[in-house]
Parts: sequence; structure tokens; C-alpha cells
Amino acid sequence: MNTRDVVLEHVSIRFGNYRAVENAHLSIRGGEFFSFLGPSGCGKTTLLRCISGFVQPSEGRVLIGGKDMRNVGPNKRPTALIFQNLALFPLLSVAENIAFPLEVRGVGRKERRKRADELLEMIALPGTGDKKVHELSGGQRQRVAIARALAAEPDILLLDEPLSALDLKLRQHMRTELRAIQQRVGLTFIYITHDQGEALTMSDQVAVMNAGVVEQVGDPQTIYNRPKTPFVASFVGETNAIPGAVMNQQGALVTLDTALGPLTGQSAGGRDYQAGERCTLFVRPEQLALADAPPATNAIAARRVNEEFEGSIRTLFLNANGVDLRLYRMNADASGPALAADGTASIWFRPEHATVLPADPSRSG
Amino acid sequence: MAALRQLWSTIADRHGLGVAVFIGVAVLFWVLVLIVLPQLAMFDVSLRHNLPRPEIGGPADVYTLKNYSYFLFGNGALNTLDIGVLVKTLIAAVIVTLLDIVICYPIAFILAHSATGVAARMMVIGLIVPFWINDILRAFAFRILFGATGVINGIGQALGLWSSPIDFIRADVALYAGLAYTYTLLMVFSIYNAVETLDRNQIEAARDMGASWWRVHWRVVLPVAKPGIASGATMVFMLTAGALAAPQILGGPSNLWFTQIIYQWFNDAGDWQRGSAYATILLVVCLAFVFLMMRVFKVSIGAIGR
Ligand SMILES: Nc1ncnc2c1ncn2[C@@H]1O[C@H](COP(=O)(O)OP(=O)(O)O)[C@@H](O)[C@H]1O
Ligand SMILES: [Mg+2]
Repeated sequence: MNTRDVVLEHVSIRFGNYRAVENAHLSIRGGEFFSFLGPSGCGKTTLLRCISGFVQPSEGRVLIGGKDMRNVGPNKRPTALIFQNLALFPLLSVAENIAFPLEVRGVGRKERRKRADELLEMIALPGTGDKKVHELSGGQRQRVAIARALAAEPDILLLDEPLSALDLKLRQHMRTELRAIQQRVGLTFIYITHDQGEALTMSDQVAVMNAGVVEQVGDPQTIYNRPKTPFVASFVGETNAIPGAVMNQQGALVTLDTALGPLTGQSAGGRDYQAGERCTLFVRPEQLALADAPPATNAIAARRVNEEFEGSIRTLFLNANGVDLRLYRMNADASGPALAADGTASIWFRPEHATVLPADPSRSG
Repeated sequence: MAALRQLWSTIADRHGLGVAVFIGVAVLFWVLVLIVLPQLAMFDVSLRHNLPRPEIGGPADVYTLKNYSYFLFGNGALNTLDIGVLVKTLIAAVIVTLLDIVICYPIAFILAHSATGVAARMMVIGLIVPFWINDILRAFAFRILFGATGVINGIGQALGLWSSPIDFIRADVALYAGLAYTYTLLMVFSIYNAVETLDRNQIEAARDMGASWWRVHWRVVLPVAKPGIASGATMVFMLTAGALAAPQILGGPSNLWFTQIIYQWFNDAGDWQRGSAYATILLVVCLAFVFLMMRVFKVSIGAIGR
């Protein structure tokens, strides 16, 4: 058992009658970059505060390094939390902020300053130790908050949407930076975000949350390519949802009867379906393609409604027998199959690129 | 001056000329008629002789410093009696102020950061109610509370904590308690105002980094509360040093408050000139003390006004 492991055992958190987190049961390996991804209000912060010790689980346990954290206060846990608003101390200097965890442990003034300067070096802000926090830019403050958390020498760093206040360019830069810091220090990072791009690019593992429930845990590819629930399929990335009823199943491939004709996709997690069961087929816009000649499987006759140019890709908004679809075309592929002059097109997708999930979410997974 | 003109045009632009004129007149009236003129008049009186009516304005009505020198030297050697009373008054006011800081800091902190809903409202009402009761009534109530046959002595003796009644009045316990109680609201609200601006996350961040509660307050909360404490302490100190009814009613027989001496000069001796000089002395000494303390604790006037 690694001291940097975190295990949630059937953790539920209630505020009065309100269930903020419901039966979260997962383990996070030491040294992993682990993200909780979910829409605002789904209980991410609550779960993070539970790991750091500010909220007690109503049921279940939190284990850190194999030790039960019940009755262990936030000041006694090997975690460091970076708050959504950073919570730097405005009346202290940058160096005093960073050295605060050392001050708490009774480290002498000289030694503290030395360590603060080292950390400032690490976050590429040398010489700013005597500044006040408000004299720094948003991105610099961000890095100071990380340095302060690292000064506490935690085993686990908890980050609550730390990039949400930054502008787009800086956010993308900080993604790379955070990932690099994590790999350098080798700590467990538990990262919270509502931005699927952040979760997918930085994480080793992602837990997707919806209304207090962890719906799926997996590496970014699995989450994106093999969603286990309709929520995961539609929240992570863009997708087309086509409802239908099961006609037949052959191995992992399920054929649905839909408004667009019979369509075949992969059964999520190799689940067996009964004929007639209400299901939804999810297929990503980049997996839909224009066809020269009508293909043998999963052919859809669609009509162009609109299109948007977005630089590297072009989004085609299509309608097929009342179902709205979107399709991404790389602009580099402009020489491939095209729409007919009247705006109609034949499109298709590979069965293994589509996921079939039960329409009733309570029966999923 | 430029700042004033700027303020004027801002108000005039936003609210119209009428409002700007009203505010200008009101502020001028406030500063001149209510603050500056009475003090100047008082100061002028303090520099004159106490003359019989017909001689006022006559050749004998000239400026003198004798009222001030009387405070220092009395009729001969050092006026240890009056100076002693002033010093004692200041010390007592400092003690009352410190008492209020110690009592009110936790209350203000809880009010700002823990209490919610009904509990918070109950606390605020509890703090405001003392202000509904007038000074004299409150003082007499405390006299009864702390008297030889009062509630405190009754309970203490019934519990066997002490056997014969303790004279809380002579020990000035009643006086300190009464004064401290009177001004808790001012102190709580001043500190509350400052502490309320503190982001909860900062307290939690400090906790998260392993700080004990003691250190959280010392390093994170107190620095934020400091201007509030300073502004509350200034008010409580000034009001306590200038209190009259409470010391009169609750003070022990041997205890004289400086305001009582001022009152005696005005009322019993009919010497308004000397009374004015003593009042001016109290004001100046209190102000000087407050500024000195602000220097010592590195608080700026601007921070108090916030
Ligand atoms: N201390 C609390 N008391 C009552 N409700 C709370 C408390 N903290 C959070 N909640 C509720 O729990 C839900 C989840 O909140 P939160 O964990 O902050 O979501 P997220 O971080 O995913 O946006 C919200 O509806 C919020 O109102
Ligand atoms: Mg949140």
C-alpha cells in the first residue's frame, strides 16, 4: 500500500436531506493524475473537501495510504488543497504565503525564506518573494498557490478547478505546466473540473460525475470511446444520439431499429440486450463520414441544414428523417466525398465506432 | 482640494445639482456647526477668567492660561490629585477597552463566519437590546446586580463560593462590567465589519496547511480584524473615558472619574472656564493617547475609516 493512495469506500455525503454525493466507490493509485469531471453542482467540490477533511462522509470511509481518515482533521492529513479562488493570504508577501506551511511546523525564518525562494525558482517566478499577492497576475498567483501547496510536502495535492479563472491561452499553457509539475514531483494529483478538455488532456484516470453519482471511472480514451452511460456519452465530447429499439444482437454488435433505418453499434461493456429494448446509439461527429456510394452497413440518407467553418474542421449540421446530426470534416479532406448539389448526402459510420446504451439510465452499467 | 472638487462634480453629475448642494450644506453644517464651532467656543472659554457677569467683556476679560496651569500645579505644588484622577481614568478606559476586545473578538468572528439564520439574528438582537435601556437605568441595574445583597453575591454564597458578601462596587468590578457591557455592540460591529471581509477559504487554507486554531487567528484572522479592532477600541476608549453616569452610579466611594471633576467645575463650582479647560485637557490627552496607540500598533487613520 502506497502512502499516496486514496480509496473512497462507498462514500455518501448528505446536507440535511440533500444528497450531494452518493456512494462514491473508487481507488486512486499513488502518483496518478486523477480527475473528477462533471457539471457545476454535481458534488465535485464536496467530494474533494471530504478527502481533505473539511466535510465528513455521512456513510462510507476515506482511506489515505491505507489509513482510515475518520476523525483526522484537515490539518493532520497528508493532503494539500488548492481552492477554487486560491485563498492566498493578501496581507502576507508572496514568500510568506509560500512558506506558511513551514512556519506552521516551526521551521526557522532563514530556512523558510530559502525554501520559498527554491519553490519560486521552480514555478519560474524567481525574485518575486517580497511582492504582495495583488501585484501578481492571475497565472502567477495560480503558480504561487501551487508552490504554497507543495511547500507543505503533501502526499496528495487536491485542486479545485484551479484554471477556471484564467483566460483560454493561459489555461492551455497551465494544463501542460500542471501535468509537468505532477510528473516531476510524483505526487497524487486529484483534480476537479467541469471542462472535459482539461480532464482528458491531463489525466491518467477520469471519474465522470453526475448529480452526486460517479457514473464511470476510466482512462481518458475509454471514457471518450467507450462511455458506459448516456450521461457520460453526451457530457464528454460532442456526440450524436439516435434513439431506437433492439432488433438483434450478434456478439458485441447490437442492431437497433431507428428512424434512420437499422443501425449497428457496439454494446457498452459487452452487455446483452433483449429484442425490443429501448436504446440509444451514440456516435461521435468525427466518426460520421460522407460516402461516395451507399455503404453496406449504417448508411444514412441525410440533408444538409447548415455548416460552420472552425479553422481546422468544418461542422456539417444535417437532418436525417427528423433526427439532427452533426458531422466533422477535416478541412484537409476537402477533396474526399462531398455533398450532392441539392444538399443531400449519404453518410455512414463503422459499427465499432458507435456505442449502444440502454435509454433508461437506471439500467445502465 | 482637488479630491473634494472631484467628489462634488461626481455627486452633481450622478444625482443632480440639488442633491449635491444639500450634501454640501449638510456636511458643512456637520463639520462646522456641530464639530468645530462648539470645540472652538469651549477652547475660547477655557482661556478666560471666571468673572462676575458685569465684568464680562470689560477690561479684566483677558486671555489667561491659569485654568490649564491649575490642572498641573493647583494652588501650589504639583496637582497630584487631578492628574492622578486623569491617569486613573485613562487606565480604567484602557482596561474596559481591552475587556471589550477580548469579549467581542470571538463573538464577531462567530457572527461573521459560523452563525447562520436564527442563531445569528438572536446574537445581534442580544447585542442591540442593551442600547434600548437608558444609561441611568442600566447603571442602577448593575448596582443591584453587584450589590451586597445582589444576584451575584446571592448565587456565589448559595453555591458556597464565598461566605460573606463581596463588595463589587468598592472593587470597581461593577463599574468595569457595566462600562464593558455598554459598549460591546460598538466593538462587535467594528470587528465584525473587518472580519466579515475575510474569505472563509483563507481560514480553511491555513487549517489545511496544518495550522492550529491559535495560529489561524494570529496569522490570518487578526491581521484582517486589526483595523476593526482599532476603530472599535477608539470608540470604546473615548466613550468610556468620557462616561459620566456609570462612574457616578457604579464607581466606588473612593473612585473619581475625570468627567466627574469636569462636571463639578461646571455645575457645583459654577466655573465654566475651568470646566472647559479640564474638558479640553481630557479631549487632547485622549486623542494623543489614541494616536500614540495607532502608531504603536501600526494602524493608519484610513484603515479605521473603512
Ligand atoms: N455546506 C453545504 N450545505 C448545504 N449544501 C451544500 C453545502 N455544500 C455544498 N452543497 C450543495 O451540494 C451540491 C454540490 O455542490 P458542490 O460540491 O460545490 O458542486 P460542484 O463543485 O460540483 O459544482 C450543490 O447543490 C450545493 O448547493
Ligand atoms: Mg465546485
